[in-house]
Amino acid sequence: MAEVEVKDSGKDGKKGKQKKMKIHVDFTPMVDMNMLLITFFMFCTTLSKPQTMEISMPTNDKVTEEEQNKVKESEAITILLGDNDRVFYYLGQPKYEDYTSLVESSYGADGIRALLLDRNKTVVDKVKTLKERKKREEIDEVTYDSLMTEAKKTKGSPVVMIKAKLPDEETGSKGATYRNLVDALDEMIICSIGRYAIVDITEGDLFLMENYEKKGALSDQIDTSKLN
Amino acid sequence: MAKVKVKRKSTLIDMTAMSDVTVLLLTFFMLTSTFVQKEPVQVSTPSSVSEIKIPEINVLQVLVEPSGKIFISLDKQEDRVNVLNAMSSMYGVPFTPEQINKFRLANSFGVPIKQMPSFLDLKSEVQDQTLKNYGIPCDSTNNEFKEWVRAARKANRDLKIAIKADQATPYDKIKNVMSSLQDIKENRYNLLTSLKTLPAEEE
Repeated sequence: MAEVEVKDSGKDGKKGKQKKMKIHVDFTPMVDMNMLLITFFMFCTTLSKPQTMEISMPTNDKVTEEEQNKVKESEAITILLGDNDRVFYYLGQPKYEDYTSLVESSYGADGIRALLLDRNKTVVDKVKTLKERKKREEIDEVTYDSLMTEAKKTKGSPVVMIKAKLPDEETGSKGATYRNLVDALDEMIICSIGRYAIVDITEGDLFLMENYEKKGALSDQIDTSKLN
Repeated sequence: MAKVKVKRKSTLIDMTAMSDVTVLLLTFFMLTSTFVQKEPVQVSTPSSVSEIKIPEINVLQVLVEPSGKIFISLDKQEDRVNVLNAMSSMYGVPFTPEQINKFRLANSFGVPIKQMPSFLDLKSEVQDQTLKNYGIPCDSTNNEFKEWVRAARKANRDLKIAIKADQATPYDKIKNVMSSLQDIKENRYNLLTSLKTLPAEEE
């Protein structure tokens, strides 16, 4: 392993002259061991911590119907998460008799994101300028955060309701998945929507989706389904 | 004729520099590493653009697997013991000190409280294998999940709740967890996601 090379400096037997020693230490086993350890650490660690999304849900305390429905009709957007990664939306109040009031969309960039960005234009613009100002270091972190929350509260910005379909054993539909929910919440972040909520799906919403599927064939039965 | 003398070259390579590099890398990995937590089931979280990181301590992680089974992991050992004691007195299930000690060392748990003592008596390898068949009951008739979280909150007030669910989990399972949390007034929690980069025009 470690070898000591003795270099003779010419004639033997000369006393007093120090022998020059060249010491070679072979580091190969050391490197081997280190590599092994590195591999071990690489496999056993999580370098990137998982990201999180913070959501706050409303309390269960009873809120009267009137208080709940304070959202202006023009501001409301309802997103319905259906089976098989399908997504629908309608604006304002649902119109049960008109199946075209429900629009099918997608989770992609030209789906609900385009709609929400368009609807939320004033806020999106404000957020953009804020981000730029922060980049140019005109404002610090704290004021940025407070301005951001303020911007998101701008009047006239849409209020989004996310309703996810539950699986139904009778019809065999699978319902929405957790991924759909996160995707929808993601769109809220991307589009800087300040006010959104996850709401339970109603019979009416299910009817809307079914009616859309059948292209308005169910519109005649409207009275019975409204009773539900 | 003169012989062509092949010069013998030494094949020794100086490994010192290489060794330096590996030691450096090793130090880096050792210092930055947080070990992968042992989880009863592997789940793949959905991706999102959210860039908030989860804190390192005081996290109560709720693991939801695709079929809806629920597991909880707590990161502090003293919290685990406190929670178990609280649950034991609530449901009238006594534990021996040995069982409590085993529970303290277990990273995540998810067994109905009635079966907990017999589960803790098993060997730890067997525990790892069978844990995925259990899951904490979380339905309207027997909602132990709610009690676990409530007990954990009592044991540690700074606890943050994080839900880690598989992306294919049906919504009703998630809704079940969320409404259970709502019932005990836990209205702020985190959803664990993996990072997805924004499309170029967004940034």
